Amino acid sequence: MTTSARIWREKPHRYRLEGVRCKKCGRTWVPARQVCPCGSRGLSAMVLPEEGRILTWTVVHTGHPEFSDSTPYALVVVEFGKGARLLMQLADFRREDLKIGRKVKVEFRKVQAAGESGVLCYGYKAVACSE
Amino acid sequence: MRPVAIIGTGITKFGELWEQSLRDLFTEAALKAVEHSKAPRLDALYVGCMAPGLFNGQEHLGALAADYLGMGPIPATRVESACASGGLALLQAVIAVGSGVYDYVLAGGVEKMNDVSGGAATLALGTAADGDYELFFGATFPSLYALMATAHMARHGTTREMLTAVAVKNHFHGSKNPNAQYPFEIKPAAVADSPLVAEPLHLLDCSPITDGAAAVVVAPLDLAKKLVKKPVVVSGFGHATDTLALHHRDDMTELKAVALAARKAYGMAKLAPKDIHVAEVHDCFTIAEIMTCEALGFAKPGEGGRIALKGETRLGGRIPVNTSGGLKAKGHPVGATGVAQIVELVAQLRGEAGARQVKGAKVGLAQNMGGTGASSTVTILEVTK
Ligand SMILES: [Zn+2]
Repeated sequence: MTTSARIWREKPHRYRLEGVRCKKCGRTWVPARQVCPCGSRGLSAMVLPEEGRILTWTVVHTGHPEFSDSTPYALVVVEFGKGARLLMQLADFRREDLKIGRKVKVEFRKVQAAGESGVLCYGYKAVACSE
Repeated sequence: MRPVAIIGTGITKFGELWEQSLRDLFTEAALKAVEHSKAPRLDALYVGCMAPGLFNGQEHLGALAADYLGMGPIPATRVESACASGGLALLQAVIAVGSGVYDYVLAGGVEKMNDVSGGAATLALGTAADGDYELFFGATFPSLYALMATAHMARHGTTREMLTAVAVKNHFHGSKNPNAQYPFEIKPAAVADSPLVAEPLHLLDCSPITDGAAAVVVAPLDLAKKLVKKPVVVSGFGHATDTLALHHRDDMTELKAVALAARKAYGMAKLAPKDIHVAEVHDCFTIAEIMTCEALGFAKPGEGGRIALKGETRLGGRIPVNTSGGLKAKGHPVGATGVAQIVELVAQLRGEAGARQVKGAKVGLAQNMGGTGASSTVTILEVTK
């Protein structure tokens, strides 16, 4: 499922966190979309702030075959300023970082080695900010 | 829309059915439903199936289903809405009959999941989530529901004990269902002692990988009355969607599509949550039953776990939920699940549910959802007086 064209297409948001802000309701979205759920098509380009907060978390012990070498790994939903939310792994996590409201920053990391040939796929991961 | 009734049902055993193929399973359930209904013919069929391409290397299921059912030329359509495929196939049949286009329509559901490895099944099911923004980053279905569970526990004080109560209750119900994949009871301690899948969810918080099929025959009420003694009327239904990705929801502790579908169904049936005698809901994970009970109005927001713990959703309780054993104990052949829920409710409303009969049940509700609740159907059934 992972092809070079597909990875190439994902560059704007996966590598640069580019998305859109709705001129009508003010919400921000990553990835960019053509219509805001509020119905507006007036959307302008923006880049996400690098820091956000954990809205919820889990630690995955079994399941995803592409990630079987890295279990247990933490998944978090992070909210950045007004609206934009993304799901990502919390890299190098410590148990005490798994807290709703914990401040994290986004870093460019290797996400997975896909398929039998192990194509390296990069993207974003969260890391806990020093408190 | 003219009134529509269910006149026949059929279901296979649920489990690891090594001797039966995708087409065998569908045909067995469909034949049972046709025979049970006494319908003189079928005008069309809808078959709900989530991912036969990934599980079995087979698409184009509508034609295959009609072919093997010996109904060759009738119009046949596969319906896909992830784990809500079965519930949606039923609604397509109801709408088709209600509109007057067809009289006798079969709605079936099937999934043959055990022909691939556990890892391949996880990836196939994962396609119901957002591939580029959830699956790519390592999300699995248990982990997405675990994210909802963490948020629900933090917001509402839902506890491990409440999640466990759902699993124990559904296994208790499933122990009375001979078609269930796991027709046995479990002890509360077994849930937290089972391996962690995605915190806070353990293996026994999760529904299994299942092969199985279910089918029903739908007809206009006037014709139904001539064929069967107790036609079960579809008095209300609803279908709604939400963002595909969980993280795009304003509130991850709510199932908005379920609440919206329920509002439409209750409105059409002119009923309220308190009028429901028995319900089959989509307990793909224990937290899902808690959240659906809230969205359907069986519990106040945040109270879904408490009603399970108090026994209100158990047989004999205020509102028995998942008397079939639910997805948890009966099994979850994803495309079949929404239709299997209807099979259970029809048995309950006709007073044919045996050891798991809810006494005097006249009104039932089925809720079936896809993904993390990105789509949901709600169907209300009533037995005619
Ligand atoms: Zn907007």
